[in-house]
Amino acid sequence: MVVSEIPAINITARNTRIIPFEYEYYEPRSLKEALELLDRYGDQARILAGGTDLLVKMKARLVEPRVVINVKKIDNLRYIVEDGEQVRIGALTRLRDIENSELVKKYIPALHDAVKSMGSIQIRNMATIGGNLCNASPAADTAPPLLVHNAKIVLSSVGGDRVLPLTEFFKGPGLTVLKPSELLREIIVEKTNAGSSAFKKVSRVAVDLAIASAAIYVEVEDGFIRNARIALGSVAPKPLRAVKTESLLRGLRIDSREVLNALKTIDEEISPITDVRSTAEYRRYVSKVLVLDALEVAYTRLKGGVHG
Amino acid sequence: MVRVSFRVNGEPVELDVKPNELLLNTLREKLGLTSVKYGCGIGECGNCTVLVNGEPVLACLTLTVDVDGCEVLTVEGLSKGGLTRVQKAFIEEGAVQCGYCTPAFILMAEFLVRSKQEPSIDDVREYLKGVLCRCTGYVNIFKAVLKASESGRGREKVDKG
Repeated sequence: MVVSEIPAINITARNTRIIPFEYEYYEPRSLKEALELLDRYGDQARILAGGTDLLVKMKARLVEPRVVINVKKIDNLRYIVEDGEQVRIGALTRLRDIENSELVKKYIPALHDAVKSMGSIQIRNMATIGGNLCNASPAADTAPPLLVHNAKIVLSSVGGDRVLPLTEFFKGPGLTVLKPSELLREIIVEKTNAGSSAFKKVSRVAVDLAIASAAIYVEVEDGFIRNARIALGSVAPKPLRAVKTESLLRGLRIDSREVLNALKTIDEEISPITDVRSTAEYRRYVSKVLVLDALEVAYTRLKGGVHG
Repeated sequence: MVRVSFRVNGEPVELDVKPNELLLNTLREKLGLTSVKYGCGIGECGNCTVLVNGEPVLACLTLTVDVDGCEVLTVEGLSKGGLTRVQKAFIEEGAVQCGYCTPAFILMAEFLVRSKQEPSIDDVREYLKGVLCRCTGYVNIFKAVLKASESGRGREKVDKG
């Protein structure tokens, strides 16, 4: 593809100095209060968490909610706790909290890699993990690590909770199965000592959105891959698992050429587009490289080596 | 209108604001704190960085109602007891070109020297990468921050670019 074929950037020529409309504003102090507001206003309301995505969209009038529900004052949704065989992360946990968490570093290393690579310290101080998931960008960096760790999410509404695997959450760019009356409350990851994980991405400069990203979780026994899970970002309408490639990796010697051959299958599983950040062709190429790089880091970690 | 009360540079402030008012505009237009700069307005350039409860955030993506009860610090509040080590180092190293990004860099540098005892050049890059300087004067800024942190480590690397 030549440069002239790359679609122009859709810059909305708006004044980003202000939010150009008014809205009804609520600051619930408890989850119950927040859920009641969501029940009352439904799709007329937007949840404000970190604001790093929502306020940008509001400034550009891409979304114009009648009601804004700022959930940040709900204190008990900001936590990372070890609970038996699980690590539970509250939806309002800042990316910076996750970056600094020893629990995450130990049990979900790919997620540690991902948040460290996201935006700037200022952005990570504001942005929340729940916001990153619910914004449902195909480039959401917290998604691939959570997908390879088989994360589950808890969606709450006045009617009660439902628990879903994260694989069932994303529907497309900006789209999830979240109902207007629901709030993402918690992310649950099963602890594992059998394997390790890693996340890699390429972006133009450090604070940019990913051109492509990959996470891998791998278990290795006597030099053979016993189990592998791969997830990719920015190469499909939503972050996705590469299950076919995963099944081909199982049983292979980790340092063999067959691993490289198996990774070629990633081509069949992704559907990247050409946009302002990169071309479809490059995304196809680099996805395999990222998975291989992530595999190397995860394997080094598994062997007890220090890596990142 | 919503009544908010918070502290700015140590002084209590009480204001009635609309829920869609941004902290950047409150600080600049109502409180006269023009060190806080409007750059991109979408969280890319970092020039509106302020410290809220000691943590750097972007004022262009923060609702004023959200800092109710918080402590906000801008560069104006830094130099009350004379220039800080960071500010002196910026002057000594000539770490200023047009000056637009300087307040944000100073605040991030302050945050770095408060958070890390002996920052490496990689720490400096990590802490400062969220602020863009369009004059591209990064080398002197890095030198100033390393100087302020009383650490010569990495100095040579900066000189080599």
